[in-house]
Order: sequence, then structure tokens, then C-alpha cells
Amino acid sequence: MTSQTSPTTSTDTMPTLQVLGLTKTFNPGTPVEHHALNGIDVTLMPGEFACVVGSNGAGKSTMFNAIAGSIIPDGGLVRIAGENVTFKPDFKRARTLSRVFQDPLKGTAPNLTVAENVALAYGRSTKSSLAFAMRRERREMIHDRLASLGFGLEERMDTKVGTLSGGQRQAVTLLMATIGNPSLLLLDEHTAALDPEATRRILDLTDKIVSAGRITTMMITHNLGDALSMGDRTLVMDDGRIVADVSADERRGMGVDDLLALFRANAGHDLDDDKVLLEK
Amino acid sequence: MSPSVIFDAVMLGFEYSLLAVGIYISFRILDMADLTVDGSFCLGMAVSATCAVAGHPVLGLVLGCVAGAAAGCVTGLLITRAKINPLLAGIISMTGLYSVNIYVLGGPNVSLLDAPKAYDTFVTLAKGVLKVSQVKMVFIVVLVAAIVAVLAAFLHTESGLAMRATGDNEDMCRASSINTNLMKVVGLAVANCLVGLTGALLAQYQGYADMGSGTGMVMVGLASVIIGELFGGRRGVTAGLVCSVVGSVVYRLIIQSALMVNFIDSNALKLISACIVAVFMGAPAVRDAIRSSKQKKVAREKAEAYELALASAATAGSTTAAGSPAGAAPSDDATTEGGR
Ligand SMILES: Nc1ncnc2c1ncn2[C@@H]1O[C@H](COP(=O)(O)OP(=O)(O)OP(=O)(O)O)[C@@H](O)[C@H]1O
Ligand SMILES: [Mg+2]
Repeated sequence: MTSQTSPTTSTDTMPTLQVLGLTKTFNPGTPVEHHALNGIDVTLMPGEFACVVGSNGAGKSTMFNAIAGSIIPDGGLVRIAGENVTFKPDFKRARTLSRVFQDPLKGTAPNLTVAENVALAYGRSTKSSLAFAMRRERREMIHDRLASLGFGLEERMDTKVGTLSGGQRQAVTLLMATIGNPSLLLLDEHTAALDPEATRRILDLTDKIVSAGRITTMMITHNLGDALSMGDRTLVMDDGRIVADVSADERRGMGVDDLLALFRANAGHDLDDDKVLLEK
Repeated sequence: MSPSVIFDAVMLGFEYSLLAVGIYISFRILDMADLTVDGSFCLGMAVSATCAVAGHPVLGLVLGCVAGAAAGCVTGLLITRAKINPLLAGIISMTGLYSVNIYVLGGPNVSLLDAPKAYDTFVTLAKGVLKVSQVKMVFIVVLVAAIVAVLAAFLHTESGLAMRATGDNEDMCRASSINTNLMKVVGLAVANCLVGLTGALLAQYQGYADMGSGTGMVMVGLASVIIGELFGGRRGVTAGLVCSVVGSVVYRLIIQSALMVNFIDSNALKLISACIVAVFMGAPAVRDAIRSSKQKKVAREKAEAYELALASAATAGSTTAAGSPAGAAPSDDATTEGGR
């Protein structure tokens, strides 16, 4: 168990993620031309957990897409663990990079069982493609990992994922995303489709899994309170730029109002976000 | 039905069962309607017949598989590399194969009556013990069982799981570093390999190859898969594979019974398979529509009753006040109308 979640022992001086001068323009040269990314620089050291906030359309998801390889940027570099992956296809990057999306339907295969979904995610880090996916020791390992989620899913290993609730599916997705010890975990509003109760449970679980595995993580959220309390850094985005990068020290004692004031000072306008949640 | 007729129908069911298994893989596992099937069926048939006539019946079966798989690869590459709509990609392959098949066979049909067959060795071995038809039955049942067992095992390996997930949630697969394009090409190759083998077997079992016999094979396969699902084919992949075989046999028994009672003639076979597919695929939607129209009817009756109650309450109030029966008149109309 502990070996599954132990942190990667790579040299702690090399950044896990380096994003340099990333730019992306959608529909260039047309009337709907849109500069979604205008020179993004981000560096995450191993084990760092950064929250990302910003207005609607600030380019948060686009930045994640460029890091994960779902879109190719127009300019700039993406380095993961020192390797330049800017033009590497998404499914190849996914060996060391995991994502969880807002939509619980997106992260799991509905007609496969809970155990099969997890086995599939685990299998990507192993290389025995013609071995049986559900060997006994593998099944026991999956059982234990499911039990550690605290959602009672270890009792439902052989039910199809399609019959689970959104919160349960998101818990499975989170396990799938982290079971192979990814170098980088990207969470794009992964609780936005859940009710408040499930949101709390999934965020607690996120905290637990990320800190247990010291997984380098970026999490987009619309809850400014969470953005300040979770992880150890807060990145603020506006109009395709990072307008503030609040370190752990600076964050201490900072309230939601302070963050809003910081945004206004750096971006030159109020944080305009119809989804933003100002709860503490 | 006499036992020999049932025997023949069951054997025919097994002969066509790998077609159903192939369709199960493309249709249920990859979630694609693959129209290559009509072409790859004939391709397998043509290759098998040509080899058998040249004296190599076993090689014919092997090359029938290979040729079918190649056809599946072409469709898979058209879908994944050329980004052509899967239905259209299947039609492109099927159309191209029509010419290829005639070149391979050297004509629209060929008789194999005098050519050696793949099961000949076993016929000689079992001489005096089993009749030729019994040997043919054992040969096909063993072959189908072995192939289904291998496929069931494969679909439980990590690659097999990845293939099943590709048809289930492609986005998630790419996010799990699964090469979904490769999975689709391999899946279509396996599916059409089985279809090619079906054609190859059929040529030798029936003793002729006819380039018209591929038409409508998609429907035959789909009908078998759907019938198989009535026997529990939805429970899991192994069940799905086995039930596709069962579905193929049941389909032939149904057709045979319909032919026996002169309910249909053999020209109607394609129509029957088309109807089976249409009826079963449409059934869920029709059932939902019936259910919701029933709900609507109940709701409407309740609303009418409620209106009646309101109206009679109003007339009860107004008759005591003004003595006018006007309020009751429309509701009386409504009840007589309903009674008609
Ligand atoms: N594929 C695309 N084609 C054209 N425009 C796009 C595309 N993807 C994103 N955009 C545009 O780029 C801008 C940034 O989008 P993005 O999804 O990154 O915003 P976001 O910060 O994630 O916003 P939200 O908080 O609403 O999720 C938006 O204006 C969006 O309309
Ligand atoms: Mg977004």
C-alpha cells in the first residue's frame, strides 16, 4: 500500500511542471478570433498543490488542455519532469499526467464495472497488456484502495459504474487518476456538478489523496475560500494571463475579500464570474 | 420439424455464428455499425473457394481470416486516420470489395463440389463411426467454441479491457493513455477476421461460393446478436459472446420453422432479418412511447374528473344562487362524448 502512494524520488530540484510563454489564439484571422492564452508562465515543484481561480473565459481550461496535450499551443513550451512535451499527443502524456473533469460521466466507462475501471487506470502504468486485468492480487489491491476512499465502493466492485451517483463516480475517477502515481494531477472544477455534501466529501478526499501521495497538483475552482485554504499556492488568472501568484506565506491570513482586492489591483477590474462562490 | 431438419438448422446456425460474434465485437464492444461485413464475408468466401479449388482448403480458412482482417483494417484506418464517418467508411470498403471479390474468385460464382474441404481429414479419421454431416457438426462446434474461448479470455486482459472501454468512453480512454485509434483498428480487424472466416467456412460447407451471398449479412449478424441478448447476452462480455452464438442458432431455427410451415418463401429471408432488427431495436423507444401515452391518458382522465368536480361544485353553488343549469351543460356533453 505505502509503496503505491510513496512520492516520486526524482531530484527535488527539477520542477515537475514548467510552462513558459504559452500562447493560444482560437480562430485566428477570423471575426471570432480569440486570444485565449497570452503568455502563461507557471512552475510547479514536486509535491506542490496549486489552486487556480479566475473569471469566466480567463483561459484556465485552455491552459490545462495545453498542458495535457488536448490542444497544441501557438507558442511557448510545456515541460513535465524536465521533458519537453509541447507536441506530444495527449494519450502519450497521460502516462504520467492525470486529469479529472467537472462532468462525472467523462472520467469513467459506464458499462465497465468499478473494479474494471480502476484496473484499466492502473494498467496504464504497467506494461503487461496481454495479462489478465483482474488477477487475484490486483483485485485485492483494488479492493483496499476502494475501501480507503470511504465511499463504500469496495462492496460494489462488480457493479457497472453507470449505476453510481455523481459523487461516487467522481470518487472512482479520483482514484483512477491517482492510482498510477502520476507526476502531475490536473483537476478542472471536479466538484462543480456535485451537491454541497458530495462536494465536501470529494474535496476532503482530494486533500487526503494528494497529500498522502505528495502528488503535484493543479486544481481549478470557483470557490475562493477553497482556493485559499486548499493546497499551498493560489494562481489567479484573467484574460489569458496569470495576474497573481499567491505563495503559501502570503496566503496565510488572507481572506476572500483580500483576494478580490488583489484581483482588482492586478487585473484592473472586478472578478467577474457568474459561478464564483465567496463562502469562507 | 424432423430431427434432421433441426440438425441442419443448428449446423447452419453454428456456421453463421462467428459472423454474429464479429458483429457483437464491432456493434456492442466498439459501439460501431460496421458495414464492411457484407464485403468481408464475400472476401473470405472467395479466398477460401479459390484456395480449396487449388487444393489447399485449410490454407483457405486461414487466408479467409487474414483477408477479412485486412478489410477491417482498411475500414479502421479510414475511420481513424482519414476521419471518415464510420458508416461511410464501411460503405467505401464494402463497395471496393465488391470488385476485389470478383477478381479473387474469377467470376460471380464457383462450385466446390469436387474440391477438398478443411474437414476432410476428420471425415477419413472418423470413417465408420460418424457420418460426414456429424463430422462437419463436430468440426464447426469445436472451432466456434475454441474461438469464443480465446476471445473471452482476450477481452479480460488489459488490452481487452482497453478495447471495451474505447467503445464505452473514448475521452476517458485517451485520458488513460489508451491509443483509441489503435483499439478501433484492431477491433474492426478482429471483427472482420471472424466475418471472413464465416464466409470461408460457408463456401466449403455449402460447396459453392456466390458473390451475391454477402448482401444483408450485417442484418443477419445483428439479428443474431439481438436475439442472443434475449438469452442474457447483456450480462457481460463472455455472456455476450456465447449468446451471440446461441442467437445465431435460434435465428436459423426460427427461419427454418417459418419456411417449414410455408409461412414465408426463401426470398423473404432478408426481409425477415431486417424486420427482426427493426422491431427489436425500435422496441425500447416504442415501449417508452406507449408508457408515456398511457401516463398522459391517466393524467388527462384525472384532469377531466377534476374539471367535472369543479364544474359541479360551481353549478351546485350557482343553482342555489340563480337557479341556472348553464354551468352543468358543458360537463354533461363531455361525459356523453366520453361514453360514445
Ligand atoms: N476550441 C475552442 N475554440 C474556440 N474558442 C475556444 C475554444 N476553447 C476555448 N475557447 C475560448 O477561449 C476562452 C477561454 O476558455 P476556457 O475554457 O479556457 O475558459 P475558463 O477559464 O476555463 O472558463 P470557465 O471558468 O468558464 O470554465 C473562452 O472565451 C472560450 O470561448
Ligand atoms: Mg473551464
